[in-house]
Amino acid sequence: MTAVQTARTSVTRPPIHPPSLLRASATIVWRNLLHIRRMPEMLLDVTVQSVMFVLLFAYVFGGAIAVIGSNYREFLLPGIMVQTMVFSSAIVAMGLTSDLQKGIVDRFKSLPIPRSSVLVGRSISSLIHSSIGVLVMGLTGLLIGWRIRNGVVDGILAFLLLLLFGFALIWLGIWVGSLMRTVEAVQGFMFTVMFPLTFVANTFAPTETMTPWLRTIAEWNPVSALTQACRELWGNGPPAPADAAWPLQNPVMVSVAWSFIFIAIFAPLAVSAFRRRSRD
Amino acid sequence: MTAAPAVEAVELVKHFGDTRAVDDVSFVVPAGSVLGLLGPNGAGKTTLVRMLTTLSVPTSGTGRVAGFDIIEQPNEVRRSMGLTGQAATVDEILTGRENLKLIGALYGLPRKYVAEATERLFARFDLTHAADRMAKTYSGGMRRRLDLAVSLLAAPPILFLDEPTTGLDPMSRSGLWDVLRELVTEGTTLVLTTQYLEEADNLADEIVVVDKGKVIAAGTPTQLKDRAGKASVVVTLTNAADLDAAADLMRAHSPEVHVERGSRRVTAQAGGLGDMTRIAAVFETSGIELDDLGLARPSLDDVFLHLTGHRAETEPDAGASSSDATTEGVPS
Ligand SMILES: Nc1ncnc2c1ncn2[C@@H]1O[C@H](COP(=O)(O)OP(=O)(O)O)[C@@H](O)[C@H]1O
Ligand SMILES: [Mg+2]
Repeated sequence: MTAVQTARTSVTRPPIHPPSLLRASATIVWRNLLHIRRMPEMLLDVTVQSVMFVLLFAYVFGGAIAVIGSNYREFLLPGIMVQTMVFSSAIVAMGLTSDLQKGIVDRFKSLPIPRSSVLVGRSISSLIHSSIGVLVMGLTGLLIGWRIRNGVVDGILAFLLLLLFGFALIWLGIWVGSLMRTVEAVQGFMFTVMFPLTFVANTFAPTETMTPWLRTIAEWNPVSALTQACRELWGNGPPAPADAAWPLQNPVMVSVAWSFIFIAIFAPLAVSAFRRRSRD
Repeated sequence: MTAAPAVEAVELVKHFGDTRAVDDVSFVVPAGSVLGLLGPNGAGKTTLVRMLTTLSVPTSGTGRVAGFDIIEQPNEVRRSMGLTGQAATVDEILTGRENLKLIGALYGLPRKYVAEATERLFARFDLTHAADRMAKTYSGGMRRRLDLAVSLLAAPPILFLDEPTTGLDPMSRSGLWDVLRELVTEGTTLVLTTQYLEEADNLADEIVVVDKGKVIAAGTPTQLKDRAGKASVVVTLTNAADLDAAADLMRAHSPEVHVERGSRRVTAQAGGLGDMTRIAAVFETSGIELDDLGLARPSLDDVFLHLTGHRAETEPDAGASSSDATTEGVPS
């Protein structure tokens, strides 16, 4: 046997230690956050846009929207934070579709990592993304007079509720992101869903003055329960009126319940759509 | 030395709805050799590579990579091979260096190794000057090279390349060929797809020709070219009046001579360069004026025409052309 032949059969390799789900996900989160740092404009949707919403509603419509027993800016802030959180599902969907479209997911799939780390990493970075938005909202709120009035525990509980709800909707995002082929399609679809979802609710105006059928829809909208829960936990508004629908009478419990219902529905759909897409 | 094959396809089938993208394909690639999967656009090359690299699940059949079953042991397969897909799969927002860092972390490679390997690979692929630039500023050729560097980071003994040179200019193409040859001398087994017979001819030990999802021929480059017909010497005359004289001259050197009057061309079957120089020498002394004299080898077109009776479409497909478009207006 000649030396050349020996060389042809052996490639010296470095030690490969395939990462655990946690490590692989953390690496993918690092990569996704690097994207945000390189393109801070990715944060526009949850920062500048949301601040604009706050200012628009607080100062332009604020005078016209009478909220009994509360000042409108305090009433508004929880609503805008919920809206920001709901939009995290659009963020995750667009990010996932973009990675699928550009072959990045294919690259990850060719590596010895748990495939679910692509989804776990994506959802964590999207939660971080929208949490930055909530933080910016909070600071803006503090500047214009919003306060957490019911103590630290309730205050933190409200933030946890927001995160849980955001996490639940992320599965909707993964589902939509796995089904659609282009980022533009995803964006169009998600915004068409998100706008009515966040506007036909108590986010920007109380539901009492809506026409009865619209009021019923708005009060059963999961977004309203979460908004009401945050308002009550932060002490930013009165409890729901006695004639409001049942979910608004028990907003914290109902928000938690909706979150788990969404996870139960969308997580299996999301995982199977992603798997199916991953088979081709 | 073991005779275990590096890659095996065993009756692989993949259907997309009614499309039979891959229809019962089997082949064996011995360790250390180069297999060329040759076929026109839509033949099923990408689908084959995606199945063998565990990106796509076969409808039926299976395959083995480094002895591991692609369906039963996908993770072992992923550890044993590198893949450079048809469209570059680099992260455009990350710098070249960060792309390698990302992949290194996902393989769980030691940081120190990744740092050293990055320097080595960037030097080899002429990317050192661009290592800290975002990959979106790279030209199409640079992206391809970065993609290849990423694929080679864990020094895989088996490398799959899907149309590695489609859309590259001739210079970059021959540069890439050199790199691939080096890899082979280092012991890497290559499976590469291509639409160009010339490329398969240059690189592959063994060629498998696929069309419409099926293997229509397999063999060494020489065997295939012989089946597709011999090379020919093509002479273009300055004056049509000399056509018959030229044909007579060439008949003395070749069994089969063909005259095309309209284009003032005489074609003679030839064995290779030797025949061409001999015929050139004859015309040197004949006084017949020539516009052009050259050797025409059978093209992929000829192979296809011969094997299938229909012409191959050789324009690059969507994935490749979109990566070309990115070369526009990019500093290199
Ligand atoms: N994901 C997919 N869904 C549906 N059809 C596909 C898919 N991928 C490939 N095909 C079809 O399978 C056939 C083979 O495609 P491909 O493997 O990409 O060929 P090649 O790489 O040789 O150009 C083509 O007809 C193509 O349209
Ligand atoms: Mg292809």
